[in-house]
Amino acid sequence: MPQFQIVVCGSIVPDPLQTLEPVTGPAGPSLKNELMLPAVLDPWAGHALYEAANLARNHPGSKVYLVSAAPKAKLQQVMMTVGQKAPFELVAIDASASGFTEAADVAALLAGAIAAIPGLDRSRLLVFGGWESASRGAGVTMQMVGERLGIAEQFLAVDQLTVGEDGTLEVLERIEGGSHQISSCQGAPAVFGWATGNLPEPRNNPQVGMQNMRAIMPALQKAKPASTGVPSFVSVSLPKQQRETRVVKDLTPDEVAREIVAWIGEN
Amino acid sequence: MEPERQQMDVDIVCVGFGPAAGGFLTTLSRGLAAGDGAPALESIVAPGMPPQVICYERSDDVGFGVSGIVTRARGIRATFPDLDPAAIPMAAPVREEKVIYLLDPVGASRRSIGLRAIDSLIRSFRFGLPLDHGAIELPYTPEFLRKHGGMVMSIGQFNQWVGSQLMASGAVQVWPGTPVAQALIEDGKIAGVRLVDQGVEKDGAPGPGFLPGMDIRAALTVVADGPVGAVSRQIDAELGVPQGYQRRDWAVGCKFVIDLPESCNLEPGTVFHTLGYPEPEIFGFFYVHPERVASAGIFVPSWFTSPVRTSYRYLQHFLLHPFFWRYVQGGRLRSWGAKSLQESGRRGEPFLAGDGYARIGEGSGSTNVLTGSGVDEAWTTGTQLAEAVLELLREGRSFTRANLESTYVARRRRSWVEKEGRIAEKARDGFQRGFLTGLAGMALSGFTKGIFTMPARVEEPYETIPTPYEYYRGRISDHEIAKIREQCAARCIPLHDALMERAGWPAIEYDGQLLVSHQDALLMGGKVQAPPGYADHVVFIDPALCKTCGSPVCVEICSAEAITPGPDGVPVFDREKCVHCGACLWNCTRALPDDSGRTNVEFRAGAGGLHSVEN
Repeated sequence: MPQFQIVVCGSIVPDPLQTLEPVTGPAGPSLKNELMLPAVLDPWAGHALYEAANLARNHPGSKVYLVSAAPKAKLQQVMMTVGQKAPFELVAIDASASGFTEAADVAALLAGAIAAIPGLDRSRLLVFGGWESASRGAGVTMQMVGERLGIAEQFLAVDQLTVGEDGTLEVLERIEGGSHQISSCQGAPAVFGWATGNLPEPRNNPQVGMQNMRAIMPALQKAKPASTGVPSFVSVSLPKQQRETRVVKDLTPDEVAREIVAWIGEN
Repeated sequence: MEPERQQMDVDIVCVGFGPAAGGFLTTLSRGLAAGDGAPALESIVAPGMPPQVICYERSDDVGFGVSGIVTRARGIRATFPDLDPAAIPMAAPVREEKVIYLLDPVGASRRSIGLRAIDSLIRSFRFGLPLDHGAIELPYTPEFLRKHGGMVMSIGQFNQWVGSQLMASGAVQVWPGTPVAQALIEDGKIAGVRLVDQGVEKDGAPGPGFLPGMDIRAALTVVADGPVGAVSRQIDAELGVPQGYQRRDWAVGCKFVIDLPESCNLEPGTVFHTLGYPEPEIFGFFYVHPERVASAGIFVPSWFTSPVRTSYRYLQHFLLHPFFWRYVQGGRLRSWGAKSLQESGRRGEPFLAGDGYARIGEGSGSTNVLTGSGVDEAWTTGTQLAEAVLELLREGRSFTRANLESTYVARRRRSWVEKEGRIAEKARDGFQRGFLTGLAGMALSGFTKGIFTMPARVEEPYETIPTPYEYYRGRISDHEIAKIREQCAARCIPLHDALMERAGWPAIEYDGQLLVSHQDALLMGGKVQAPPGYADHVVFIDPALCKTCGSPVCVEICSAEAITPGPDGVPVFDREKCVHCGACLWNCTRALPDDSGRTNVEFRAGAGGLHSVEN
């Protein structure tokens, strides 16, 4: 049975339950109160991590790395939640995770960190990540990571990965029009930009947390600061959306529905 | 059949991460490392390693607390002597502190004859008194109420600040999103804790991905699960409580965090304490944080006997009072929150220590009900326990009741927390006899250092709540109340809006920014969520008892409208709206027939809640 080194590229994003407001500061665009907002693992990267953990569990001898470029303090906070979900070794880069960064620079950081992992074996290397990001969906970062690592086999919008006994990979990818495409390749190395996958979020496992945290804190302490270029934004704004609350007592459901549709049309 | 459970051994397990656990873990982590950073002590369960210390927090992040506070911060500053409030987002030194008496601008408040007379006098002499927008500043703030030298804070931000330092130390682990179901009690000793089951249905039955809660075995279990913590209540039920112990005084605090309008010129660190409105029994607060942000809230106490008591609606009326509306009009609701406060203070102190366990924080009875201070006291009890634990570890002594009493409890008894807690012990009893008597009782206790108090029998909340018919007698006819109840039941909504408006409270005109419906608030500034795969944590123990209720205060007080009227009179609980304030626990009007003092609501450990770090 093949054994893999699965490197998951995944950063953090503000908790999607927060109210986010873009603002322009002296260093370029950012989110209002960004440092105060709680953060979570980028949901797309989360799917990739849980798929990686599942793959590693089914292929004993495999190992999962999480390479993450994010502000160290916030990353540490997120590890307090993610660390219980799946066994992995953290490779931390102390960098911005605001989403207002240049994707090529982020890809360079990630590729450099992956290349520097001790004992990396390209013949067993699978690079995972989200095909999108909840902070700013450039949709190209994983592709550029693969290019920098010289990995030609790349799959985006992946929902399922099946490994053959001989190490061949069969990939279910989303394509236009709501369809799926099945591709295959001979094996590692390969890059996978995950869509949602099929796995639920793993349960919290205290033993996994205890084991992970022994390595997470040293990894965070070793994290080196790195900068990424800030592209020039002409303007940054949220989709026009205004909460409007009104109590209605005498409208039928049909009338309410019509009004909502009209309101959506206005916005 | 009991499922097979995994087990993990640690040295110390802590239940809950709030100010008390923050104080405990901060002090402990410093003592676990020697001056050169090397381990100063060795683990029993992992020889060669430093002691393994784990803290499990129920909510999804250590910063998801629900309290904006003003505190003298004596204990916090003792831990961080060089503390700069600017290092903690939303913290500011107290700059100005006022106690404000609010007159009733709408005429709907239920005021006693005595209070009406006082109001009339104030209005009669309005040209000679410093009456300002329907309110009057008390000329003197008693020393015991003052927070000078302290600071205003967001507990959510403070917890994040403390938590990040703890994790960076590497000496302890804090795991949010992990509720603790119960303590492992074996032969009268506590041997650790059991985490909640995951992958279960609403009723707790195993479902897809069932993972039985793991047993975490530890030589010491630190119970810091707050005023309504499930582990605390289990220990009380199984191991007993001290003589004289009683927990009958409660309040639910509800708070808005507000982006103030540009026109507001209040300085950070401004503190208003209020009394008199929206009901005399409801005290309020308004704290100004840096960057034009304010926390505004009210406390609805158990001795406010309205059967339709609601914190959210009353808080809106509080903000609409002219004294505050001039500051907040045009502002925006940023987030909100609610929590129960255990207001029996030292009288609600359980056994602080036993074999294998110790208790700290609000659930240990540390809140001072005279000074209205709880965070600093909770923090301090945590540091006291940590000092005791380090002493025992260094001396190789075990965590027995005797050893914990001679170290932790002895420290606590010698401290200002105990001294001031004793003064405050009966300070609020007078409120059982009315608002003015209560104020007189607080003054008596405060000025005589607790030597004299206003005597009153403190009743269980469920003994004091009248029916809506009794409460509104003379104001709304029984026939009309019955009709309103029928209409609200048909729509599965609480009674309070309809009855309050019928009793003279003006309808709230929503502006979609600051004044929004209760349900809209659930979607603002952090929102409420519940992860799948956990059981309902609010359970109506005997549905038949609910059917006899007729006055479901649990529905009215519910801070998030997570409990609504259900079929046959049995309320329905929606876990995905619950903010875990725990108010349903002490607002149930049906006591169980076993004389345990428990009500028909079981408030268990549960996951999810409000994702706001600004409260």
